[in-house]
Amino acid sequence: MMEITGTGIGQGVAVGPIVRMAEPLPEPVDRPSDLDPEREGERAKASLSVVAHELTERGARAGGAAKDVLEAQAMMAEDPSLIDEVTARLADGKTAERAVFEAFASYRELLAGMGGYMAERAADLDDISQRVIAHLLKLPAPGVPDPGHPFVLVARDLAPADTATLDLDQVLGLVTVDGGPTSHTAILAREKSIVAIVGAADASGLADGDTVIVDAANGLVVSGPSPDEIAAAEARIAERAALEAAPVTPGALADGTAVPLLANLGSADGAAEALRLGAEGVGLFRTEFLFLGADTAPSVTEQQAQYTRLLTAFAGRKVVVRVLDAGADKPLAFLNDAHEDNPALGLRGIRALRHAEVILREQLTALAAADAATDADLWVMAPMIATVEETRYFTGLAKELGIRVAGVMVETPSAALVADRVLAACDFASIGTNDLTQYTMAADRLLGTVATLQDPWHPAVLRLIADVGAAGAEIGKPVGICGEAAADPLLAAVLVGLGATSLSMSPSALADVRASLARYSLSDAKTLAQAALAAEGAAEARAAAQSAASEITTVREAAP
Amino acid sequence: MLERTVRIGSTHGLHARPAKLFTQAAAASGATVTLSKSGGDPVNAASILGVISQGIDHGDEVTLVVDGGDESAVLDSLIELLSTDHDE
Repeated sequence: MMEITGTGIGQGVAVGPIVRMAEPLPEPVDRPSDLDPEREGERAKASLSVVAHELTERGARAGGAAKDVLEAQAMMAEDPSLIDEVTARLADGKTAERAVFEAFASYRELLAGMGGYMAERAADLDDISQRVIAHLLKLPAPGVPDPGHPFVLVARDLAPADTATLDLDQVLGLVTVDGGPTSHTAILAREKSIVAIVGAADASGLADGDTVIVDAANGLVVSGPSPDEIAAAEARIAERAALEAAPVTPGALADGTAVPLLANLGSADGAAEALRLGAEGVGLFRTEFLFLGADTAPSVTEQQAQYTRLLTAFAGRKVVVRVLDAGADKPLAFLNDAHEDNPALGLRGIRALRHAEVILREQLTALAAADAATDADLWVMAPMIATVEETRYFTGLAKELGIRVAGVMVETPSAALVADRVLAACDFASIGTNDLTQYTMAADRLLGTVATLQDPWHPAVLRLIADVGAAGAEIGKPVGICGEAAADPLLAAVLVGLGATSLSMSPSALADVRASLARYSLSDAKTLAQAALAAEGAAEARAAAQSAASEITTVREAAP
Repeated sequence: MLERTVRIGSTHGLHARPAKLFTQAAAASGATVTLSKSGGDPVNAASILGVISQGIDHGDEVTLVVDGGDESAVLDSLIELLSTDHDE
């Protein structure tokens, strides 16, 4: 038995055999072939045909729309025009690997240059090309493997496209060597409820076929577990399934203190699922999806239709919409195309919107119109607020354009440190713990090398949250949390102890957080918070809260 | 050798599923089939890459040339495929 540690995402457990994801192949070297062109041609055609066959088979297994896509890819692998391109290059004395690479690349350029839908097909060609070259080199195919049975995927890291296309019936769990708790892999894993452990550096030593327990709740990968350990893990899997099937109740502490549990959503499509999982409203609706990938901002009418759809789905409930949060890792050419050396510290969030005020005005206008046409309780907030002056600018404009409740996201230490004055100038605050952690710890949330610093349990981050909570309580304004921190069941209780009045998270985390809050009274939550605040670092804070929590539960169980 | 011009019926033009159905049929016909977009160079109709890289949209006119085999039956069935809306 061997244990590997990493950062667990969510509270899930999975058991199964490992399949490793192959590393991307390097570009084949352009050197003269030792074989004659006919022999190289046979090699190339054989590998193209094997890959075409595999793709067709995968299509037949997948069925539906995927079948058409995979069949089209299979045809591309054996395309007569492509084979002509390969043959011409072999005649020049190139190797089969290099000829295949160049032939696909020529079509790739052609399609990429056409833009839109065709440009997306360019990525398909890369995938086919890599598969053929891997077959020629007798290496495993790159990309997410498809062994034909359920498995635990071990990878260095996943591209967003890989994560998005994971077959959740086949992938039992996910272990990545790189990546931190706020990496895109982690966020997507959380969103899709994939049992995942990221940043497990020693996982590169795991071999295909090894049975492992992926224990996300404890950030542990156990390889070669005993039958008893497997039985215990399976019991936990069954227990969680029962928890998820339990009737949904509003979020509340053990003493009845209400803590509304809200959902983080990225488009109106997730509304039904969020409601099913017990979301009492939306605590963070990201509007980026309307803008990313577009050449110009969508019109007021187009935006209004999307907002109306969302607000209609949550009629009678609170919906907090965040205006466009672009810049940094989400660049938008029509907003700001200037190069920045440190985009996380650059013209992003409210700064970028102020720079292009017409976009903000149109968005607020569309939101106000959608609000007027529906029965939801719409709140609107601005991202990346750093000063009281920016707060006044945003709330002033929002009110002028008909928004009833306007607030700010607290993501910078500066906003947290003057939270009393910021809150005096708006209606509510919502703490974005990912960015607040990034800026407090001076650790880029996208950088694996500093991932260990990206921990919202750090007492410095908790102290800032406590300041905002205290300021909110003082003047009677709501302070929500809408970061990944709220999805951690124990940290959720700590956040309430620090003064958070609502919690918003990926819908998949709602059941675990609801169950956790029900274990503690408000005074328990404050005890947990004090224990964490008094610690030296993130790990110590988590341990202190865990130990205080087990004391609370033990005392309660001992009581008559 | 037979030749005919047809307007593309599929809502999203000749890519993805419609292109796949068309090139599969062209390849299976046994005849040599070329396709050209109005004024463009003819491409092998059995090549999905050749066909989709023409960027043929809904309503575009394309000319098919069939050489060999049962030319008129092949042409009829391919024209039928191109004028049907497969994106419905």
